Amino acid sequence: MVPDRGHYKIFLGMAAGVGKTYRMLQEGHAELENGRDVALGLLESHGRAETAALAEGLELVPRRRVAYRHQQLEEMDLPGILRRAPEVCLIDELAHTNAPGVEHEKRYEDIETILAAGIHVISTVNVQHLESLNDRVAELTGVTVRETIPDQVLGTADEIVLIDVSPEALLDRLRAGKVYPAARIDAALNNFFRIENLSALREVALRQVAEEVEAKRIVTELVGTRNELLAESAPQAVGERLMALVEPYPGAQRLVRRAWRSAQRLGSQLDVLWIQRPGRRLTAEQESSLAALRTLTSVLGINLLVEESDMLADTVARVATERGTTYILLGRSREPSGLARLRTPLPQQLMRRLPGVDVRIVADRALRHEPTP
Amino acid sequence: MIALLLLAAGLLLGLALGLALPRLRSRPPRATRPTTTRQILLPFTGTTLSRRALEAAMRLARVEDATLMPAFLATVPLHQSLESPLPKQCEIGMPLLEAIEQRAAAQHIPVDARVQRGRSYRHALSRLLEHERFDRVIISAADDPRTGLSGDDLLWLLDNANAEVLILRPAPQDTRTVSSNGVRGHF
Repeated sequence: MVPDRGHYKIFLGMAAGVGKTYRMLQEGHAELENGRDVALGLLESHGRAETAALAEGLELVPRRRVAYRHQQLEEMDLPGILRRAPEVCLIDELAHTNAPGVEHEKRYEDIETILAAGIHVISTVNVQHLESLNDRVAELTGVTVRETIPDQVLGTADEIVLIDVSPEALLDRLRAGKVYPAARIDAALNNFFRIENLSALREVALRQVAEEVEAKRIVTELVGTRNELLAESAPQAVGERLMALVEPYPGAQRLVRRAWRSAQRLGSQLDVLWIQRPGRRLTAEQESSLAALRTLTSVLGINLLVEESDMLADTVARVATERGTTYILLGRSREPSGLARLRTPLPQQLMRRLPGVDVRIVADRALRHEPTP
Repeated sequence: MIALLLLAAGLLLGLALGLALPRLRSRPPRATRPTTTRQILLPFTGTTLSRRALEAAMRLARVEDATLMPAFLATVPLHQSLESPLPKQCEIGMPLLEAIEQRAAAQHIPVDARVQRGRSYRHALSRLLEHERFDRVIISAADDPRTGLSGDDLLWLLDNANAEVLILRPAPQDTRTVSSNGVRGHF
């Protein structure tokens, strides 16, 4: 009989020294006190006395030695853990790359095997190891991380717990020698552990967890199981429906993409609406833009609605009411000229006609001024 | 009485002209693309695009006063209709399109993006070339060979594209890429 997959919990941090391993060990002790069979599959204490002290009392599965290029390397003993078969296994640093010759290239793959054997796993990782964030972290910090993991690894976890400390507190810990030995403190302070780096990484970590939590909240509430969590189409969040107002010109695609992304975040349906003036023929360029818009909306799986009317605000209000729209997105319109300046701008007209509906004007991010430091 | 009416009419006319004329003078041109504008196609498939390819495309677009047309190519499995929505692939392609567009917009280069589906990347590319006119196609041979266009695809492109084809092969150590992480602000 195939055992049920184990429960997978990951402690995520912005950088070394925030206390992920410490927290993992605390969790191990709590499980032990609750009468569960806990083993320490892999511990990277990095010489930290506090961490080593906390590991005492937890059974450690010894590492195995792997010969590689005339060297003896130590790796987590996957067969040993599977033989030992604890109820809960603590495995530090899931982004680690194994020495060649063992079962898997990466430690997160070892963890998958352990989970498949029905063993619950508690593990740790830093945010800079996530593949999709690697470039960004390198850009922010100037440090390229070689050991990366696919983002989907976080998606397979049942629980993700962010271990968060303020950058100032982490720097205090570093200076106090609680993160690295004394000889490495100055180098760390001058390189990776700068307040601006840590602040940026903290923001990245917080956002990552917020997005994971949001994605899971929507799916678990309505679906339930882990496999279904990864189902292609997440069910809709209750109540939200977006509508993007477009015209056939190249910039409209950006608006559609932004609206689609917002709809994804909200787990909502999106309609794209173009109101065509009656009797107006499209130019060749507009035809081309309209064809591109049709393809884009079709690939994204959203509805492109075309209405013919001279009464822009009235028509938008009617369609929005019919579709149950709660959120309207529109691009920045051209500056009105002449007497048109006396007319109420479209966003205000919509707000008046559609009370309770959010109206958002999508800006061109590329034109945003950087905040002055 | 007549004088008062004339004065009121004059004031109204003055107000209307005052509102209209400055606007007419300073009205910015709509960001549109005349049909004669040169078009530079920049197809891509993966999560990243060689920064060298993008920079080359932007340089050419600037020099030639051309429109940059980044195109995300997506593949549709055989068991699905060719016109199926592909939201999973779009999760990869859309942020990258946004990043490209933002970079180009920051340099005031007009952008008109495209998305095209096909049974293979080559099929998607051929559909794109079939329906639109391009003056140049810029393609990066350094794109991830596991997921991008193969050497055969590039040869096919050279034979079939009715446009000047520029294949860039950056030095092996030139690993700079543009990825969705380059998007400014949340997308």
